[in-house]
Amino acid sequence: MKSSRIVLLVYIVFLMLPIYWLVNMSLKTNSEITGPLTLWPTQITFQNYVKIFTDSSWYMGYVNAVLYVLINTVISVVLALPAAYAFSRYRFVGDKHLFFWLLSNRMAPAAVFALPFFNLYQAVGLFDTVWAVALAHCLFNVPLAVWILEGFISGVPREIDETASIDGYSFPRFFGRIFIPLIANGIGVAAFFCFMFSWVELLLARTLTATNAKPISAIMTRTVSAAGMDWGLLAAAGVLTIIPGAVVIWFVRNYIAKGFALGRV
Amino acid sequence: MTALRLEKLAHSYKSHPSRPEDYALKEINQVWQTGGAYALLGPSGCGKTTLLNILSGLVIPSQGRVYFDDRDVTELPTEKRNIAQVFQFPVIYDTMTVRENLAFPLKNRGMDPAGIKTRVDEIAALLDLSRDLDRRAKGLTADAKQKISLGRGLVRPDVTAVLFDEPLTVIDPQLKWELRSKLKEIHRKLAVTMIYVTHDQTEALTFADKVIVMSEGEVVQIGTPEELFEKPLHRFVGHFIGSPGMNFLPCTLAGTKARIGGFEIDLGVSFAADPKAKLELGIRPDFIKLAPPGVGLPVRIDRIDDLGRNRIAHVRLEGQRLAVTVPAILETGSDDLTVVFDHRRIGIFANDRRIEPDDRGGA
Amino acid sequence: MTGEARELKPYNNRAWFMVLPVFLIVAFSAVLPLMTVVNYSVQDTFGNNTFFWNGIGWFKELLDPNSELGGRFIDALGRNFLFSFLILAIEIPLGIAVALSMPRQGVAVSISLVLLALPLLIPWNVVGTIWQVFGRSDIGLLGWTLTGLGIDYNYVSGVLAAWITIILMDVWHWTSLVVLLCYAGLRAIPDAFYQAARIDGASRWAIFRAIQLPKISRVLVIAVLLRFMDSFMIYTEPFVVTGGGPGNATTFISIDLVKIALGQFDLGKAAALSIVYNLIILTVCWVFYTVMTHVENAERRVQL
Repeated sequence: MKSSRIVLLVYIVFLMLPIYWLVNMSLKTNSEITGPLTLWPTQITFQNYVKIFTDSSWYMGYVNAVLYVLINTVISVVLALPAAYAFSRYRFVGDKHLFFWLLSNRMAPAAVFALPFFNLYQAVGLFDTVWAVALAHCLFNVPLAVWILEGFISGVPREIDETASIDGYSFPRFFGRIFIPLIANGIGVAAFFCFMFSWVELLLARTLTATNAKPISAIMTRTVSAAGMDWGLLAAAGVLTIIPGAVVIWFVRNYIAKGFALGRV
Repeated sequence: MTALRLEKLAHSYKSHPSRPEDYALKEINQVWQTGGAYALLGPSGCGKTTLLNILSGLVIPSQGRVYFDDRDVTELPTEKRNIAQVFQFPVIYDTMTVRENLAFPLKNRGMDPAGIKTRVDEIAALLDLSRDLDRRAKGLTADAKQKISLGRGLVRPDVTAVLFDEPLTVIDPQLKWELRSKLKEIHRKLAVTMIYVTHDQTEALTFADKVIVMSEGEVVQIGTPEELFEKPLHRFVGHFIGSPGMNFLPCTLAGTKARIGGFEIDLGVSFAADPKAKLELGIRPDFIKLAPPGVGLPVRIDRIDDLGRNRIAHVRLEGQRLAVTVPAILETGSDDLTVVFDHRRIGIFANDRRIEPDDRGGA
Repeated sequence: MTGEARELKPYNNRAWFMVLPVFLIVAFSAVLPLMTVVNYSVQDTFGNNTFFWNGIGWFKELLDPNSELGGRFIDALGRNFLFSFLILAIEIPLGIAVALSMPRQGVAVSISLVLLALPLLIPWNVVGTIWQVFGRSDIGLLGWTLTGLGIDYNYVSGVLAAWITIILMDVWHWTSLVVLLCYAGLRAIPDAFYQAARIDGASRWAIFRAIQLPKISRVLVIAVLLRFMDSFMIYTEPFVVTGGGPGNATTFISIDLVKIALGQFDLGKAAALSIVYNLIILTVCWVFYTVMTHVENAERRVQL
């Protein structure tokens, strides 16, 4: 084996160890966890998973999280598409400043927005719904989607737009039938990153929900702070939050490098 | 002196090639002379890039040996071969100056700084790069960058062959000619073997002493530009070289005469051809003359293309299309003209390959 | 959005219609809350939703290192900078090294990419939980191993152990981003460059210096700035692992901010802190944007 592969291998082992440990714990009983340390479960139990899948206060956490992530991804990409097209193809009053302002929101610390969002969404009556979280995450995901899509759209020659209009395509038809398929990769990459950043965010998701729309990650924090920790359950819940991400990565693995190559994350 | 010898060389990208089509490069035997200028010419997919990669050490051939100066280099890695390569698009080290770029191969080989400087100055002067030596290579034009990548090869005293992989692809048309003559000039000054891969016949014919024409993984002819033009050994060469390419007319042979449809042409010599073979008569447009009615074989003119220096008449003989070079000024009274073939320039092709006449002395 | 490209673009203010939805939704999420924040930042309250004018009092206090709030802020800011510095010093070289050792083709690429990207898609508090457990000496592999080796390691009570845990966690969590960026940059280098370097007899190190590093410099700038900003805003992971402790040893600005805002409901202080914090980040963001467009313009000029 080449020596350079060893760096990669060691690094991947470093990445996998904590995850392995979580999986390991999730398959143990609490008495085994708190007893003498074992490197693998001596008595595999699926009790922790069974509890999560049967107790609605647990599994609704997943439903909520997946719901607001999907809503957010759809909103972000659909709204960002025309905007990215406009930024890529036209100049207009304030375009530069607008673009910078949008981008600056991608960089805004969520901590700053936690309290005002709490007030805002209570005022408009969306507090403790998945919509509140989905809309709140638009703050950083919409600018991100605009940025990524603008990069992909700029890669499509403008001649294509002109040819289509000469061929008598109306703009909406051109956009839907010709342009969107051309930048399908870009849409995939943008959707992936929207999914990712909405899925991993906790602070806003926790602040904007109380009981009905609480995401799984917030439910876990509650367990963490409770006395008499149910470690096995916590680990199982953690493992289940890793799985959607892993599935999504597997599907977009060939586009990740391309999306990153644009340097627009 | 022999620079390069290829012995029974063949390559297939498949692990168990069985049919001839499995081979990207069919068996070839070649001896190339030191200091020669060779061109590998052929359309894309003809195997020329595979051959180049074998020479540069990027691909290890599935059979046969490669010798540089009688040293077997078949399995030697690229860096151990005394070759340099200029790629399709300029490969330069962005962050370095032109001088650092040229010094790079020498520095890597541990040459002393004084020696490097002399050598770099020498090569820079040869390539007209002296003025730009201390500029960042990144900001230069594409042709200057190609000169730098050539310079990185020439700067090494041990280089015996320079490989060019379609090096003029990204050069502006008006500069192409200039860079090509620069290459010729360098070739005359340095006794270095140059191997030039291209699909452009003009580049190949003006650059090389010897052109190796390839088609479908096979070397179909090796020869000087004149030989390729006047005596193509294969239908492909006739077609590929010259614009427009050679005319081919299906024919039958009878003694010293070739019969095309209802007409006979006297060849002056006889050929012994396999009666089952597909026979064709080949002649370049330059060796056909238009003549008034009654003189030669009757044709109809379809159209005449003006190519500036000369014009090409597209005519039909017995329904077969023919291209004929005609002088810039041509008075055509009517569409009904005739053509006269220069019989010394006629080639007879059996199953796409040129056949030699029986009796060289002629009738 | 670069100079050269803009020259060629037609001027058309109707493009605003296409941008309007994005503008509205981001404005709803950004402008309204920011107005609330600015409003709070100049007022004080004794509860019961009665506010009175406090002018720039909070800002004065915040920027005065001798006041309680100012001292907290300066300390947290210092910790933030130290943390970001350490993160960059570790993650950037490590990321480059791992990217260089990535396979170039085959199924190994897919597997490596998926494994590498995995930590990036784990919810941040789960990342915190994973490391909180992993570092415990009673039930965690890392803590148990270190304790077993006779090393005094306890991230709840030891300042150094807490910092090491948080940094290790961030390296674990985010180095993959640097790896993926660099990997994408490396993939974009045409094979001819490597062939040329081999012909030129370049060593592994010379290839890195002459070809790879210059070619990934653009993505590297992005990596540095992204990692700087994200590490500067870090909240969830250290909050879960250490809660800002021991003492205030790992209390970063955002942790303090949430404490003040949602814990103490000290709205005026929190708002003033938010604004200053945001301004710092906005400044960095502006530098980032300028550098980015500058690099992109320079690149386009070279291509032309």
